[in-house]
Amino acid sequence: MAVGGKRRWWWKRRAAVVAGVTIAVSVWLGSHCYFRRENMAKAEEALVSMCEERARMIQDQFAVSVNHVHALAILISTFYYQKQPPALDQETFAYYTAKTAFERPLLNGVAYAERIIHSQREIFETRQGWTIMTMKREPSPMQDEYAPVIYSQETVSYIEAIDMMSGEEDRENILRARATGKAVLTKPFRLLESNHLGVVLTFPVYRSGLPEDATVEQRVEATAGYLGGAFDVESLVENLLRQLAGNQDITINVYDITNASEPLIMYGPQIPEGYMPLSHVSMLDFGDPFRKHQMHCRYREKPPLPLSAITTPFGIFVIIMLGGYIVFAAKNHYDNVKEDCRKMEELKVQAEAADVAKSQFLATVSHEIRTPMNGVLGMLDMLLDTDLNLTQKDYAQTAQVCGKALISLINEVLDRAKIEAGKLEIEAVPFDLRSILDDVISLFSSKSREKGIELAVFVSDKVPEVVTGDPGRFRQIITNLVGNSVKFTERGHIFVQVHLADNSDLGADEKVYSGLNGLSQSEKVQIMSDCTFDTLSGFEAADTRNNWENFKLLLSDEMILPEASTSDKEPDIVTLIVRVEDTGIGIPLCAQDRVFTPFMQADSSTSRNYGGTGIGLSITKCLVELMGGQINFISRPNVGSTFTFTAVFKRCNKDAIADTKRTLSEALPTGFRGMKAFIVDGKPVRNAVTRYHLKRLGIAVEVANTVKMMLNSLTRQNSNFRTGRQPYIILIEKDSWYTGMDVYLHNQLLLLKQNDCVLELPKIILLVTCEYDKMSTGSLVDTVINKPLRASTVAACLQQVLGMEKQQKKELSNGPTNLRNLLAGKNILVIDDNKVNLRVAASALKKYGARVECAESGKDALSLLQLPHKFDACFMDVQMPEMDGFEATRQIRLMESKENEQISIGGASRGEDSMIVEWHLPILAMTADVIQATYEECLKCGMDGYVSKPFEEQQLFQAVAKFLVSKPSSDS
Amino acid sequence: MSLMALREQLNGLVNSMFLEGLLDDQFEQLQMLQDESSPGFIAELITLFCGDSERILAELTKLLDQAVVDYQKVDAFVHQLKGSSSSVGAQHVKLACVQFRQFCEEHNKEGLKGIYFFRCLRALNVVKHEYYLLRGKFDTMLQLEQRIQAYESKQQI
Repeated sequence: MAVGGKRRWWWKRRAAVVAGVTIAVSVWLGSHCYFRRENMAKAEEALVSMCEERARMIQDQFAVSVNHVHALAILISTFYYQKQPPALDQETFAYYTAKTAFERPLLNGVAYAERIIHSQREIFETRQGWTIMTMKREPSPMQDEYAPVIYSQETVSYIEAIDMMSGEEDRENILRARATGKAVLTKPFRLLESNHLGVVLTFPVYRSGLPEDATVEQRVEATAGYLGGAFDVESLVENLLRQLAGNQDITINVYDITNASEPLIMYGPQIPEGYMPLSHVSMLDFGDPFRKHQMHCRYREKPPLPLSAITTPFGIFVIIMLGGYIVFAAKNHYDNVKEDCRKMEELKVQAEAADVAKSQFLATVSHEIRTPMNGVLGMLDMLLDTDLNLTQKDYAQTAQVCGKALISLINEVLDRAKIEAGKLEIEAVPFDLRSILDDVISLFSSKSREKGIELAVFVSDKVPEVVTGDPGRFRQIITNLVGNSVKFTERGHIFVQVHLADNSDLGADEKVYSGLNGLSQSEKVQIMSDCTFDTLSGFEAADTRNNWENFKLLLSDEMILPEASTSDKEPDIVTLIVRVEDTGIGIPLCAQDRVFTPFMQADSSTSRNYGGTGIGLSITKCLVELMGGQINFISRPNVGSTFTFTAVFKRCNKDAIADTKRTLSEALPTGFRGMKAFIVDGKPVRNAVTRYHLKRLGIAVEVANTVKMMLNSLTRQNSNFRTGRQPYIILIEKDSWYTGMDVYLHNQLLLLKQNDCVLELPKIILLVTCEYDKMSTGSLVDTVINKPLRASTVAACLQQVLGMEKQQKKELSNGPTNLRNLLAGKNILVIDDNKVNLRVAASALKKYGARVECAESGKDALSLLQLPHKFDACFMDVQMPEMDGFEATRQIRLMESKENEQISIGGASRGEDSMIVEWHLPILAMTADVIQATYEECLKCGMDGYVSKPFEEQQLFQAVAKFLVSKPSSDS
Repeated sequence: MSLMALREQLNGLVNSMFLEGLLDDQFEQLQMLQDESSPGFIAELITLFCGDSERILAELTKLLDQAVVDYQKVDAFVHQLKGSSSSVGAQHVKLACVQFRQFCEEHNKEGLKGIYFFRCLRALNVVKHEYYLLRGKFDTMLQLEQRIQAYESKQQI
C-alpha cells in the first residue's frame, strides 16, 4: 500500500516535472517565433518604406529632368519662330545645356535632331557641312526623312550628325513622340559610348502655331525636330541611391514592364539576388503613359535576428523554470510538512491517549494499592497492640510509619491522577470555614511549637460563617500550603488570612512584584537592618501587603461596614482570598516558575533536607482551579513566601446555616458572651489575631501595647465610669512579659481593687509560642495558653480559669422509660411474614406497654387496616412474599386518601371542620439492610420512617418519637 | 435443690452458648422480654424458630436438588432464614446465611454456575450444620426449662 502510494507519488512528481519543462520550452519557442515574426514584419516595413522612398525619389528626379527637357523643347521651338534654320547655333546650345545640366540630374546629356525630309537632305548637308550618319557612323543611306543631331550637349557631342532615325529604339521613339506631342521613353537598351543600360527620352519640337487638339498629321507636319536625352539609368540611379541611407542593405531592380510577359531590366543585376522571401514592388511613373516601370527592392541579406529574440525567450524560459522549481519545491515542502504534521497529529493523539491512560492507570493502581495497604496498616496497628518486645515494636512502628508515608504519597498521586483524568469532583456542602482553619492549625500546632514559630489564623468578619463548597478539598489546600510553610520555616511566623476578595484587591499584585524586583540594593539593606516589621512575628514577610498598614485598612473596612454583609442583597457567590504567609527560606528565583509543576522541588537538595515529593503544590493548584480560583505567590529567598489563592464558594441560606452549625461543627461555648478581655500585645497584627479568636467567643476586647498602658487604661476607665463591664481576663503576650512581672502585676491589680477600680481580680493568661516559654512564667499567672490560638482551646482554657461549670447537656433520660411513655397504650400493628421476627418484634413492643397485633402478610394487614381502625402505628416488613411492604403501604395510603376525601366532603357539608381528622397511619418500615436506596424507596411509597431489624432501642425511640405523642399517664 | 441445679445447668448452657458465639446480644434482649406475664416466651420463640427454619431448610434442599436451580428463590429463603435467625440471636446461623446469600448474589452476577453451585451447596450444608448444632442446644435448653417449670408448678401445688 505504502509502496504503491510512493510510486504514484513518484509518478506524479515526474509528470509535474515533465509538464513544467514542456511548458517552459513551448513558451520559449512561442516567444522566440513571435519575436522572429515581429522582426520580419519590422524589416518588411522598413523595406517598404525604403523602397517607396527610393521609388519616389527616382520618380521625382526623373520628372524634374523630363520637365526640364520639356522646357528646353519649348525653348528650342521658340528659335524656330519664323526662322529657318533656327536662330540657334551649336555653341549657344552647348553652353546653355551645360549651364543647366544640374537641372537634369538623371540625363547625361541632351541633343537636338532636326527633322529632315529626304528632299531637304542635300541642302541641309551642305549647310551643315557634313553628311548625315547612321548610328554605326556610316553615311546614312537614303531615307524618307532623317533626324540628324545638330545641337548637342558636350557630354554627348559624339552623336552629332548621327541620324536618330537610324537606331531602332530612337526611331520608334521619335515617331511616337511627334504623334503624341509628349515626352516618350524608349525601352532600356545599351547606350552608345558608355554601353550602360539606359533609356532615351524624346520630345518633339513643333513649329509654332500648332493647336492643342491637333491631329497626328498636323503634328507630324508641324514637327521641327526632336529633343532627346539619354538617361543613363544604371549610373545615375546608382549615384542617386548612394546618397540614401541603408543603401548597402538592399538591392534594387528596376524593370520596364510595358510588355508584362517579359520585363526588361533597367537597373540592377540581371539575375535578382539577395534575400528572396522578402521583397517589395513599387510602381514608377516616368511621365510616359505608354511605358510602365517597376522597382523591386529586397534585402541583400536575410535580415539578422535581433539578440533580444534569443535572450528574452531564454530569460522567460529561465524564469519559468525557476518559478516551476519554486512551485515544485514548495509543493514538495508542503507535502513533507503536511506529512510531518499528520504524523505529529497521530503522535499527539497517541500521547494524549497515553496521558489519559496513564492517569487512569495511576488512579486504578493507586486505588488498588491503597486497599491492600489499608490492610497492612490495620494489621500493623493490631500488631502494635499486641505484646511485643522493644525491637519488634520498633520494627513494627517503622513499618507503620513507612506505610503511612506510602499511603499519603499514593493518596496524593491518586488525587493528581484523578484531577488529570477529570474524575475529581468538587462537593457542594455547607461547612464552617473557621472551624476547618482551626482544625488545620491544630494539626500543625505541635510542630510549630517545637520550632517556636508563630502560627496564626485570621478570618475577616465579613466572611460568612457557613459557606457551601468542598470542605475536604479546602482543608487539603490549606493543609498543603501550611504544611509546606511549616516545613520550610525555622523562625518567625506562618499566618493564614481569609478575606473577602472584593475588599482585598488582587490588582495590587503587579505593583508589588515590580516593587520587589525594582528594589535597589541599598533599600534592601535598609530593610534588612530595620529589623522589626509590622508583621505577625516581626520578621520580614515576602509580600509587603501583609504588613500592618494593609491589615489595618482591611480591619478598618470591617469596622465601617460591620453588618453590611448581612444585608439582603448579598451575592450568591462568595469569593474568598486566602493568604498563607511564612518567613521561611523562600523559593529561589530560578525555581519560582516551576513551583506548580508536579514533582519539581526548588532543587534536589530541598528534598534531601526537607523531604516531600513536590507533588503537593501542583495538586493544590489543580484543586484551587477546580474550585474556581487561582493561586499565585510572592517569594523572596531567605525572607519568606506568601501564597495567595482565591476560592469561590456559594453562600448558604439562613436555615442551612443554622442546620450546619448544629450538626457540622462543634459549637463554641456561648457562656462567654458579654465578657471583657484585655490584650497586652505590642504587635498589632498579632493582637488582631487574638482579638479575632476572642470575638468568636463573644468576648469584648481591649488592646494595650504594654502592661503599663493596660494598667493606666484600667484606672482611667474605671475612675471615669465606675460601672460597666469589668475585664475578667487579661491576656498577655510572652513578649511583654518578663520575670517578676507576675508579682508586679498582681500587686498593681490588688491596688486597683483596693481603689475600687476593679471589683475582682482579673484572671491573667499568658500567651506563649514555645513549650519552653512556659517554664519562665510566674506562679501568679492563672494559666498559660499555648499557641497557635484556636477559639475552642481558648474557650477550654477560659472555662478552666473562670471555673465555669461545663453545662452538661441534659442527657436523654432513660430510653426505655421514654419509649414506655411513648408506646404505652398504643395499638400497634406489626406485619412480617417471618413468624420468628414477628414474635420478637411484637414482644419487644409489648414490653414497652404497647398493644400489639400481628399480621403475617400484606393482605392480612390490609384487611385489618380497613377504615376505621384503632391502630396508632404500623411496623411493616419490607420483604414479604405476594405483597411486599412497599405495595401494602401504597394500598393503605390509597385507602386513606379515599376516606379523607369523603370525610372532607362530608365534613364540609356538616360544617364541623374543626373535628376533621385526616387518616394517616404512621407506617415504619422494618428492614435488615439499612441502605440509603431502601430508605428512599420507603419514603417514596408513603412510609414515615424505618427501623432496623432487630430493634435497637435508641433508633426505635427516634423513629417513633417523630409521630407518636406520648399519652398522658392516665391513659396507659 | 434440684431446681437450683437445673437453673444452674440452664444458665451454664446459655452462657456456654454465648461464649461459643452461638447466640448474641439479641438473645439477651429476648431473655429480658420474658417475664412473669409471658413465662413461655423463649420456649415459644425457639419452637417457632425451629419449625420455621426446618421448613426453610427443607425447601432449600429441595431447590438445590433440582436440575435447574432458581437462585432467586433460594436467595429469598435464605433471606428469611437470616431474618428469623437474627431475630432469635442465632449468630452462627445468621453468619452462615450471610455467606450463603453472598454466593447466591455472586452466582447471579457472574454466571459461573458450576463453581457457585457447589459453593451454595456447601453453604447450605454449613447452615444446616450450624442450625442442627444450635437446635441440639436449644432442645436441651427447652427440656431444662420444661423441667424447671414442672418443678415450679409442683412446688406451687
